[in-house]
Amino acid sequence: MRKSNSINWTKKDLLDLENLSKEEIELILQTAASFKEISTREVKKVPALRGKTVVNLFYEPSTRTRISFEVAAKRLSADVINISTETSSVRKGETLIDTGKNIEALKVDIIIMRHNYSGAAVMLARQLKASVVNAGDGWHEHPTQALLDMFTLREKLGRLEGLNVSIVGDIAHSRVARSNIWGLTKLGAHVTVCAPKILIPPSIEQTGVRVTHNIEEALAGADAINVLRMQFERDSAKSFPSQLEYFKTFGITKERLKSAKKDIIVMHPGPINRGIEMSSDVADGENSVILEQVTNGIAVRMAVLFLVAQANDYIKTKK
Amino acid sequence: MSQFKEKAKILNAEEVKRILQRLTHQILESSPALTDIVLVGIETRGVYLAKRIQAIFKETENVDIPLGTLDITLYRDDLTTVGVKPQVKETKIDFDLTDKTVVLIDDVLFTGRTIRAALDELMDFGRPKIVTLLVLVDRGHRELPIRADFVGKNIPTSKNETVEVRLSELDGIDEVAIGEKVLGTNGHESGADFHE
Repeated sequence: MRKSNSINWTKKDLLDLENLSKEEIELILQTAASFKEISTREVKKVPALRGKTVVNLFYEPSTRTRISFEVAAKRLSADVINISTETSSVRKGETLIDTGKNIEALKVDIIIMRHNYSGAAVMLARQLKASVVNAGDGWHEHPTQALLDMFTLREKLGRLEGLNVSIVGDIAHSRVARSNIWGLTKLGAHVTVCAPKILIPPSIEQTGVRVTHNIEEALAGADAINVLRMQFERDSAKSFPSQLEYFKTFGITKERLKSAKKDIIVMHPGPINRGIEMSSDVADGENSVILEQVTNGIAVRMAVLFLVAQANDYIKTKK
Repeated sequence: MSQFKEKAKILNAEEVKRILQRLTHQILESSPALTDIVLVGIETRGVYLAKRIQAIFKETENVDIPLGTLDITLYRDDLTTVGVKPQVKETKIDFDLTDKTVVLIDDVLFTGRTIRAALDELMDFGRPKIVTLLVLVDRGHRELPIRADFVGKNIPTSKNETVEVRLSELDGIDEVAIGEKVLGTNGHESGADFHE
């Protein structure tokens, strides 16, 4: 008998990439690869999560992540309920744990949560038997975004090990950057972060990344560049004087890409601020894989939902 | 992880080869038009059997029969009890199934649950005219009203016995053995095959 090379997935939650092993991350990416085909079928649905209920609990506005999770859950035949805290009892002062326990009392199987506080997903997961998937918590982590970035990179370049990946933008306030750093370094990629000094968190070098404040340096020799969204409506604004100045010093333009590898991959988690993080001709250009990231996000989230649901079912049958 | 304790060899390489030739001829005999036939192998060993049958078609009739693969993991009815090793393999049917005669191919027919899952999945890809089932070994103990149209060999077994099909592409040798499953420390079976 051929021995399968896969390892077991035993976690009921997906909270971060920091605490996942290289093998666990690879298992998610590998599972996602086989899920991608489902979205190309005539009937874009498989019954794997039939009878499961998934709740999208979002404490922050989100369109793409929420819809991506919703599409992923529905392609696995789960039932999906969306809770936006703007219109819920959270407004009346209900605590996160109470909200979670009430959702669990509805016999919900998976809670997908976005929260503005770092660590919120971990706290909820500890209190509940239901699975919790972190869809972004404060400045901490956004694991499925990093997983889909890695999935896209691996699909495009065939590997992650040894790749040079530069992350440009507000590193200090970015959960996307954090998750990418954990995931990419675990899988053997070399990560460079590039931002103005004030947007680089202190002692980030300890995570094994290279730091630069010069965009040309970040582009030189990079196999891929992941351009983060500048959140001028939020944290980034306090740290940088003007959007135009940011674009002039750090924006990705056709001109700047001339100094980079010809086939450098340009990624962006969306939504793009055209003319701030990158110019339109780059966003829509041949190096851009931005829309492929969106497509791959579904496969990655399907894989995550499938794995945590399975693990949790197994944990329950053992008890 | 459970271990296989072998009792006897049922088929050797030569017998497997002859059976596949016979089964290919039976497909031919029962199908009015060669152009309507498509093969769909069930992961893992069904795919390799399908590839061999495709090769025999090419050799004897000089036709290229389309071949698809089906991974039924996501259509299983026991996802929660098989343990935490869901290995989802590739499903690939890149031709139209509509009005085709599909020959579904698997190595061992046992409870029939794999085939139930495979039929459900197949129907999500289109509407074939006829679906037939080909298996190398039928070991009995059906739990669903399912039967095979083309059977390599009927092997009567007891419920706690197990049949292992080994194919050179994966296992280095072509043979079929019967044995017993000895449960290991964690007490549950692994892998994507129901019948093992």
